[in-house]
Amino acid sequence: MYKSYNVDSEGYYGDFGGAYIPEMMYSNINELKSKYLKISSQPDFIKEFDELLKKYVGRPTPLYFAKRLSKEYNTKIYLKREDLCHTGAHKINNTIGQILLAQRLGKTRIIAETGAGQHGVATATVCALMGIKCIIYMGEVDIKRQAPNVARMKMLGAEVKPACSGSKTLKDATNEAIRDWINNPVDTHYIIGSVVGPHPYPDMVARFQSVIGIEVKEQLFEAEGKENPDYVIACVGGGSNAAGLFYPYLDDLKVNIICVEAAGMGINTGKSAATSILGKEGVIHGSKTLLMQSNDGQITEPYSISAGLDYPGVGPMHANLFRSKRADFVSITDKKAMEWGLKLSRMEGIIPAIETSHAFAVLDKRKFSKKDIIVFNCSGRGDKDLDTYIDYFKL
Amino acid sequence: MNRINKVLKEKKDILSIYFTAGYPNIDDTIEIIKQLDRSKVDMIEIGLPFSDPLADGPTIQESSTKALKNGMNTSKLFEQLKNIRTITDIPIIIMGYFNPILQYGVENFCEDCKKNGVDGLIIPDLPMDVYLKQYQEIFKKQNLLNMFLITPQTSNERIRLIDEISNGFIYMVSSSSITGSEKSYGEEQKIYFKRINDLKLKSSLLIGFGISDNNNFKEAINHSQGAIIGSAFIKHIAQNGVYKISDFINKIRGITI
Repeated sequence: MYKSYNVDSEGYYGDFGGAYIPEMMYSNINELKSKYLKISSQPDFIKEFDELLKKYVGRPTPLYFAKRLSKEYNTKIYLKREDLCHTGAHKINNTIGQILLAQRLGKTRIIAETGAGQHGVATATVCALMGIKCIIYMGEVDIKRQAPNVARMKMLGAEVKPACSGSKTLKDATNEAIRDWINNPVDTHYIIGSVVGPHPYPDMVARFQSVIGIEVKEQLFEAEGKENPDYVIACVGGGSNAAGLFYPYLDDLKVNIICVEAAGMGINTGKSAATSILGKEGVIHGSKTLLMQSNDGQITEPYSISAGLDYPGVGPMHANLFRSKRADFVSITDKKAMEWGLKLSRMEGIIPAIETSHAFAVLDKRKFSKKDIIVFNCSGRGDKDLDTYIDYFKL
Repeated sequence: MNRINKVLKEKKDILSIYFTAGYPNIDDTIEIIKQLDRSKVDMIEIGLPFSDPLADGPTIQESSTKALKNGMNTSKLFEQLKNIRTITDIPIIIMGYFNPILQYGVENFCEDCKKNGVDGLIIPDLPMDVYLKQYQEIFKKQNLLNMFLITPQTSNERIRLIDEISNGFIYMVSSSSITGSEKSYGEEQKIYFKRINDLKLKSSLLIGFGISDNNNFKEAINHSQGAIIGSAFIKHIAQNGVYKISDFINKIRGITI
């Protein structure tokens, strides 16, 4: 029987996904569930989405053949340049899609969570673009760590509200955003930034990000005469950039998928974010997935040097890719990731976000042959991480 | 008959009190229940603390964080409740988020509820369809009632569905909010309460969220069979400790001594 790795009609990827939500969220989630496919397939939606991606975001982003890197590793390496998107990462593909959806749902107020601030900036940006009120929840700890992005959101007219509960980081910002939505169920749309949360979010966000993989197909055909690479590789926190790249390849078993997680200080140090290895099946933010937690089912704090990979769960699509063994999961330490940030800068003239740096480190962990074609998602640029790079390398 | 159904059958103006297990101190659970029994509340809801309580406001969040720090967990709670039925006959409901219950094992959890005198469950993030498909039989086997929530946003059609599968009371969330927001009931609520009452449901209705004094308690029991109080009670024990509980209950009921 044909088995798909994409979402089923009930909102599940294998054992994972679904909508484990309190009744207070039911009407909003149900509205989204019944309308997201219909709205996003209407011609006027598609036209506006495509046009904004082209003229505002700067798509299509290049598929760049990394010559020096390919030579060193004796294989063919391509980079999908999502770092060149407006606002500096792939995140904006999703926020454009969701703001258009929110408008068509008649919503007049947008809320979002953010960790490092990339999704917050991408949300604040599209809200400014459309003239819609925007509130961003961000952990108190992250607000201190990511001052430049907080300033960017404020310049764009967003209100940044600190999440002061729990560990005061991304998962708590998400809790606060959900609480806001419960308190404001009529006029507000919640733009989740990754392929996490209750169904239909993981599928909706994956679809908006799938433009990445769809472009790769076309661009690779132009470059190599074939649409399908041998490997697609991306870093995974919640998993949205990976979902976008993998999307058109999920059920093409000849394309190998590699997910790269943050090992932090090391898998067994208690300071890690490698959810596939350290997580167990559980429910977080409305979705059944793999999740880092105590034996009693309390959600534990992950750690990674990159705030974007610092999430205790992972999207249900990726949890299923892991359990079904469809994808190979690799975890990369802070140290390795930082080294690769420098290496990519010096070999290709591209300063990647630290999240993105994790993905490239796979080149030292797996063997590739001369004939292999590998596509990396170069998901974000490193401007936001300069302070961390400066500290780390004493630049 | 399940203790909850017995109370629903026999009593009006029901007062149900929620507290977080393990708060303010890990060993307060039994003392709080004793005091609630002495104060003649009609039902008790024990919150199983969770690290990420999505539907709760700051008061219950903080009590949960403190309770977890105090070392509260599922097995510990069951251990504390072991002899509870020698102490009180008041129905006991555990209110908890799904993940800790999932990790304990839903079947084990239900068995231990039964064994330790628990009569029903409220699991806000366990959706109805998943409950029906996977867990209803397990709950029934242990004679545990499952209480569902409705909100002002819940459609009549869905409320009828919930009414049909409910075997205890329906938890009527008073407004579109997380727990602990203290708004007095305005026109909007009254329209909502009337809409629900006009449905003539078979299940009893208890109103919760935002009830903190005698005024809104009276409002609530005007429109339903009873009221559930959580955040206001937790604030009271945070300020006054666990030995002055009857003061709070009397105030809510409007009893002067």
